[in-house]
Amino acid sequence: MDMVSLTIDGRKAIVPAGSTIIEAAAAVGIKIPALCYHPELKPEGACRVCVVEIKGGRGPVASCVFPVAEGMEVYTNTASIRDARKTVVELLLANHPQDCLTCQRSTNCELQAIAADLGVREIPFEGEKKHCAIDDNNPSLVRDQNKCILCGRCIRACNERQEMHVYSFINRGFNTMVSPAFDQGIDKVACTYCGQCASVCPTAAIVERDNTEDVFRAINDPTKHVVVQTAPAVRVALGEDLGQGVGGIVTGKMVAALRRLGFDGVFDTDFTADLTIMEEGTEFLGRLKNGGTLPMITSCSPGWVNFIELQYPDLLGHLSTCKSPQQMFGALAKTFYAKQKGIDAKDIVSISVMPCTAKKAEAVRPEMRSSGYQDVDYVITTRELARMIKSAGVDFSVIPEEDYDAPLGLSTGAAVIFGATGGVMEAALRTVYEVVTGETLACLDFKMVRGLEGIKEATVDVGGIAVKVAVAHTLANAKILMDKIRAGTADYHFIEIMACPGGCIGGGGQPFVNDKKTRQERIDAIYECDSCMPMRKSHENPAVKALYEQYLGEPNGHKSHELLHTHYNAQKR
Amino acid sequence: MAHVRSHVLICAGTGCASSGSKRVFSAFESEIAKKGLSEEIKIVETGCHGFCEAGPLVIIYPEGTFYVRVGVNDVTEIVENHLYKGRIVERLLFKDKMTLASVPKYSEIDFYKKQIRMVLANCGQIDPDSIDEYIANGGYEALGKALTEMTPDQVVDEVKKSGLRGRGGGGFPTGMKWSFTKGAAGDKKYVVCNADEGDPGAFMDRSVLEGDPHRVIEGMAICGYSIGADEGYIYCRAEYPLAIKRLRTAIVCAEEMGLLGYNILGTGFNFKVKIKEGAGAFVCGEETALLASIEGKRGMPRPRPPFPAISGLWEKPTNINNVETFANIPHILTKGAEWYASIGTEKSKGTKVFALTGKINNTGLAEVPMGITMREIIYDIGGGIPDGKKFKAVQIGGPSGGCLPEQLLDLSVDYDSLIQAGAMMGSGGLVVMDEETCMVDLSKFFLSFTQAESCGKCTPCREGTKRMLEILTRITEGEGKEGDIELLEKLAKGIKATALCGLGQTAPNPVLSTLRYFRHEYEAHIRDKKCPAGACSKLSGFFITDGCKGCGLCKKACPVDAISGEMKGKHVIDHNKCIKCGACVAKCPFKAIIKG
Repeated sequence: MDMVSLTIDGRKAIVPAGSTIIEAAAAVGIKIPALCYHPELKPEGACRVCVVEIKGGRGPVASCVFPVAEGMEVYTNTASIRDARKTVVELLLANHPQDCLTCQRSTNCELQAIAADLGVREIPFEGEKKHCAIDDNNPSLVRDQNKCILCGRCIRACNERQEMHVYSFINRGFNTMVSPAFDQGIDKVACTYCGQCASVCPTAAIVERDNTEDVFRAINDPTKHVVVQTAPAVRVALGEDLGQGVGGIVTGKMVAALRRLGFDGVFDTDFTADLTIMEEGTEFLGRLKNGGTLPMITSCSPGWVNFIELQYPDLLGHLSTCKSPQQMFGALAKTFYAKQKGIDAKDIVSISVMPCTAKKAEAVRPEMRSSGYQDVDYVITTRELARMIKSAGVDFSVIPEEDYDAPLGLSTGAAVIFGATGGVMEAALRTVYEVVTGETLACLDFKMVRGLEGIKEATVDVGGIAVKVAVAHTLANAKILMDKIRAGTADYHFIEIMACPGGCIGGGGQPFVNDKKTRQERIDAIYECDSCMPMRKSHENPAVKALYEQYLGEPNGHKSHELLHTHYNAQKR
Repeated sequence: MAHVRSHVLICAGTGCASSGSKRVFSAFESEIAKKGLSEEIKIVETGCHGFCEAGPLVIIYPEGTFYVRVGVNDVTEIVENHLYKGRIVERLLFKDKMTLASVPKYSEIDFYKKQIRMVLANCGQIDPDSIDEYIANGGYEALGKALTEMTPDQVVDEVKKSGLRGRGGGGFPTGMKWSFTKGAAGDKKYVVCNADEGDPGAFMDRSVLEGDPHRVIEGMAICGYSIGADEGYIYCRAEYPLAIKRLRTAIVCAEEMGLLGYNILGTGFNFKVKIKEGAGAFVCGEETALLASIEGKRGMPRPRPPFPAISGLWEKPTNINNVETFANIPHILTKGAEWYASIGTEKSKGTKVFALTGKINNTGLAEVPMGITMREIIYDIGGGIPDGKKFKAVQIGGPSGGCLPEQLLDLSVDYDSLIQAGAMMGSGGLVVMDEETCMVDLSKFFLSFTQAESCGKCTPCREGTKRMLEILTRITEGEGKEGDIELLEKLAKGIKATALCGLGQTAPNPVLSTLRYFRHEYEAHIRDKKCPAGACSKLSGFFITDGCKGCGLCKKACPVDAISGEMKGKHVIDHNKCIKCGACVAKCPFKAIIKG
């Protein structure tokens, strides 16, 4: 690699040619403030907060886009640069509600942090502010354009990560705003509710719909039995919002905190992840044997399910009929569990904690009422749970770890890896292999389907059948595979697709830092959870076995179909 | 070609067309036919002559007689007397404002005397839809010369030697720009002509495109040959339908003659030209926004580098020049770089076309050598300020430019002197202001333009121009506060330093230059709540002096019943009701109502 040598604030930096100044500065420990810049998105150079001076240059340049050159002398902290940055931030604040104290992102907002870092103490400009209608006509996301600073990260995330192109800038000048086509709500356009826009938004212009008060209300209602399930990816990220650092595994503390919050049953979505493997594995083998539609594609990720229903409805036959683990849990909580506990299903409130904003929309789909009631009543994201824990005064750093309740809290290592891209595939392969061959796998780690590569492929010999699998994360990568299937050039048997980068651990409802490094650390934590589990294969989960014996009968049997499977329809938006 | 004894040139530029030249044309056709002269007299619809103030214009050759403000009813007389009997129609000739004498000949009118018309040489002289007339005037000779006698390097060198600088605003050396694109790696390259003329009051590019479209196309083809491009785009705003129509005709004619398209003049050089109509965003005149717009994206600038010369249209090396820049190229090649460089100043060569508007007698287009003084343009060519009013300032360079006061009237008009004075050449708009123009109000006007046309991408331009406009509005409405000037300066400085594109960076210029030369006017608004020019309606009003005889005419004229008073007694104006329309002033026979 060609290297370029330059000085930044007098410090020598040697960085790869083609780097931008902001990247070079980061390499020598200088964090240039920036708002439109996001390390994983194409640079825009729009917010102008990251300006720096170059010796001999005509004026300040945006360091997020300006490439380094040999011998360049960069100054990032001169008096005039400090002034310029401050003026830009003052201008942004002058057209901002400045309601930090009551804002959903207070203390977790990039604009607020930059204003504080730059020492903005007054806003010298007064005048008109934007007054846009709030877009909250959907279950997942709330868009408040009044808080938007027009950095365009949401547009780029939606275009580049997800290829959905939901947003663009509309209008000019001061009236510019980010909007779906024709200024419609995102419920009217082809939005998957994946929440990647929210996850890159520096302010509270796009946030998850906050259901925390609904959950508190349910908990405080003495007539209700409130149960909660937690998705695999939550346990490796929740700690980030509670001062535990990145990559920490906080399963036990999370369970303890949920109990302190007042939930009557604290369960694990991992239980139904194991169940999913039983159902989906059986479905796959059935398709393989009986000449069903292949490749079969996983259906755990609701952002992905929305995507295929919106963009590739002709390929819906490829989708597994399995509900997602969240919805399987919801259906069982108000049937099997209700029966077991002797509680009327109408008195159960079923909550799920998810890394995902699309799960909120999944829960209210009309199909998801197998119990006769809405199977999952409220979905809160990892971020919302962190806020609830703080709000309830639970000191996460000191509480001791606790275990999930049985039986819906028992799971295997195969279930927890659902949280990382490739995990569902790996879990399925562990079970399918052993069920088909009757042999015990010598090594459970299917490393070829792990990792942050956009699309992973592998061929696995399963009792003489070469099973060809593919794993994709982000909808941009999903699109590549879908186009291949449509073109008839995909010779896979089984495909796992997750809507978000890195899988659920990079979901739209996770703590805000959502870059490659953070995702890798969360993934590492997920696999650590797996390796620490006494059981690592779904078909060995004794609670799942008992469920079949006592209630469901057999995988893909009549009861399973009634409760655990669904059908998909083209969405016309 | 049939032999004709007279040519009647009728201006069909947008200015004359809107003052009725189409009907004049039809009238000439029928009158000439009635007289049976159709065989011997040719009527030609030409492009703009530049002297729009006096339109519709009719010139009759071979005499070169220049008739101004010709109406349909004048046509019979011209045909009868001039074309039939050979007598000049005196009353329709141009009259010199100073000497009051009629000036029969086009070339002797002051408006034209000091001009050097190179870019505009054919405008008004030929039928723009006729490629034959362009060729007859030396057209496509330069392209032929380039393709058959010169290497691409020689062409670039010649342009470099000429000293030509970009006429679109920035003034970047054209030859250098060409050599960057030529030197850029890539098989596919593009030539783009920026015809998205958007400065308020500017219409030089439109006139060139309407009056001499082939000159621009020829310039582009020469550029294509020199840099190795086989495709060109003209990005022309859709508000110029006539220019687009004439360009389309010109492209078809040139292709038919083998002067565009495949294997031009049998030399193996291919060059196609396409037209992209802009949807009317000022920012699309900025080159990177323009390229985005051609690509079908929202017209928003992107940061440079990479410059278009390296990565432009569809990420291919692209050379972008303005209409006027391309129009200079054929002259440089036919007459030589040295000849070209002999016109102008040391660092600004050739001519520049200016659009004269505002408080000036001769509004129109004038092409002048670089280095001419502002005074010569405004007084000798422009004929000075109307109604005997006093000159106050001239805004040069459009909304990105600056305002120059009287003491700078003798400034040399060239790229560098203008920048030094806080203005810029820009695309060549000249808006002249007289003593009744308020400089704060003027800044407000330009700021409201740039603010409305900001693309919204970068913070300083989007938010900063809005705040500047709010402050200016406040000042002109008498709500100005101590500290407002400093706030304006802080914003202007911040925007200049941090805006993404040239439009944003220059948006504060009108405010900065008026603050530099007319700071006292700002102060008067803020401190004394007075508008010295009497232009800001909220800060000025009408007063009835003791000269009032109580005739009551003003009271009758007032549309809002703001004036009261008994007959033969002094009247008064109720300032809460008064809408400052001035109707009373016009009616008062005793000049007893004054503005103050």
